[in-house]
Amino acid sequence: MNIRKKASDLMAWIDYRLPVTKAYKTHMSEYYAPKNLNAWYFFGVLAMLVFANQLLSGIWLTMFYTPTVEEAFDSIEYIMRDVESGWIIRYMHEVGASFFFIVVYLHIYRGFLYGSYKKPRELVWVIGMFIYFLMMAEGFFGYVLPFGNMSYWGAKVILSLIGAIPVFGPDLQIWVQGDFMISGVTLSRFFAFHVALVPLIIILGVYLHLIALHQVGSNNPDGIDIKAVKDEQGIPKDGIPFHPYYTVHDLIPVVIFLMLFFAAVFFFPGGGGFFIEAPNYVPANNLSTPDHIAPVWYYTPFYAMLRAVTVDFLYLDAKFWGLIVMGGAILIVFFLPWLDRSPVNSMRYKGRISKAFLMIWTISFLCLGVLGVKPADWAPSWVSPVLTIIYFSYFFLMPFYTRWESCKTVPERIGADR
Amino acid sequence: MKRWTSWLRISAAVIALVSVSVPTQAAENSINLQDPGNDIHDKASLRNGAKLYMNHCASCHAGKYMRFERVARDLEFSEQEINSLMRYGVTKVTESIKSAMTQEAGEMAFGVAPPDLSLEANYRGKKWLYTYLMTFTRDKSSTTGYNNGVMPNVAMPWVLAGYQASLEGQTNSWNQKKMLATKAGTLDSLEPEPQSFAMEMRDLTNFMVYMAEPIRPFRERFGKYVLFFLLVLLLPVWMLKKEYWKDIH
Repeated sequence: MNIRKKASDLMAWIDYRLPVTKAYKTHMSEYYAPKNLNAWYFFGVLAMLVFANQLLSGIWLTMFYTPTVEEAFDSIEYIMRDVESGWIIRYMHEVGASFFFIVVYLHIYRGFLYGSYKKPRELVWVIGMFIYFLMMAEGFFGYVLPFGNMSYWGAKVILSLIGAIPVFGPDLQIWVQGDFMISGVTLSRFFAFHVALVPLIIILGVYLHLIALHQVGSNNPDGIDIKAVKDEQGIPKDGIPFHPYYTVHDLIPVVIFLMLFFAAVFFFPGGGGFFIEAPNYVPANNLSTPDHIAPVWYYTPFYAMLRAVTVDFLYLDAKFWGLIVMGGAILIVFFLPWLDRSPVNSMRYKGRISKAFLMIWTISFLCLGVLGVKPADWAPSWVSPVLTIIYFSYFFLMPFYTRWESCKTVPERIGADR
Repeated sequence: MKRWTSWLRISAAVIALVSVSVPTQAAENSINLQDPGNDIHDKASLRNGAKLYMNHCASCHAGKYMRFERVARDLEFSEQEINSLMRYGVTKVTESIKSAMTQEAGEMAFGVAPPDLSLEANYRGKKWLYTYLMTFTRDKSSTTGYNNGVMPNVAMPWVLAGYQASLEGQTNSWNQKKMLATKAGTLDSLEPEPQSFAMEMRDLTNFMVYMAEPIRPFRERFGKYVLFFLLVLLLPVWMLKKEYWKDIH
């Protein structure tokens, strides 16, 4: 009894100075989440889990990795062979990168399905997209670090895009590289970006993403606003406290996820050539270009769009327009909250046109992903431009079809019509 | 019902993303690559492969990431055995596989320096390696007198030609003995089949797969326990959720 009294006194002392209990209530025990969240809602917590994995394994890799041209490649093999448990730390980091993107792609897709970006969640969406953009930068910098041959040539291709910007592009490229070609200077600054700059901003982004989400509350598969119907205490009738209900609930997907993750770590750490590409088992060599330079799988849809543009236009290089298309493809997703004019949130209540558009868009995005893995001449040259147009038309036509189509009426309460 | 369909949709999306295509392999020519059928957990095969590598490959090809100490520990070579495998200026067991040939000498002799083979099995793939080793044929028009099916006009001379011929001779004579023994009905007293050249190359490939990632046999064994633990963990976690959620409708 005495200990309990002391503990609550201590808690009161802290709470007076730092709002620990208040924060716990706001974000855990009194954060009311809709009771009908389905499997699509697992990926947020899984993304946090992989992010934690990336940070921790990354810190340990930093202890043994050497960011110099002479030693980077050797230091990876040193981690793999001589550092105690180094192999599993490295595989968890490397497999984790791919799993991070798998999880985040599904997390974003959930937003597409159930309209999670719509009012009042616009900022949750924009911050989330910003995190995704940073992840792409983080993945790129990280891929250069082992300094294998694909690291080198992949970096060369991506950095040459900067050089394609008219007028000041070439100078900008040298400024970013820190040298006239990719060198030790480039490698060590990419190391700094990868381990300090970008992760710090991502942590801030994740924090803001969560604060913004908890300010407006979670969406749900029906897109019903649970805050519209509250009981006498002001608690949403269709809401349940995040803790303990969802913390306990999410343990199941966490364990299933860990099974898939460790199956990859222990049995397919190279991801069948998707996570570690074969040319990366040879140190960087500026005299030997790999037969086929492909980015890691998570960039390939955008890479395919970059390559889809093959004609010069307005006296500017095709490569520059490819860069514009690729940048635009990512940028346009930021604006989804304002492109969707539908009165309803969820695909469940949207009309047939929205469903058809989403389906065609999904197929085109996946096909672009496949094209990006393959050599440029693998498919007829009209395929990727057509897919790119489909990709963009989903967004550009959205303000029209979402307004014109007829939607089903959304019930007031969750489970009312089922 | 609803829950199942969402799971189906998720798995469809994941499968579509992951399995849509296999990365294109460096297609140097259209020869069919053969699977060596090696077993990374077969220590006898790995030990034989290590000896083959040291006897036939290491004079030109270093394995700079593969320490003798590690080979001895993983493949259970005694101190005496591992010392007998150490060559070309290697004096300590903590050193790695060195080549007797300098870069310059290699370039002078073959036009290209023989590459370090530590990671070759990961770079080329085990099928490529095995098929490469199995497809050297006589070709008088080439500088070395041999040519290769996977890598035409390869600079490497076929250093295993003599060894291959002697093994093939042994295999042929054994086959003849077997034929006679079958006729005479004395198959039981026939000596065991000698190691064929293909089996030797399987062992060599096996060792190179090991050399590219020495932790691999352990990782595959250990991984099963981890997955089993997680599978068991799923049960209490699922029961916990069921208990907490029983009053939510």
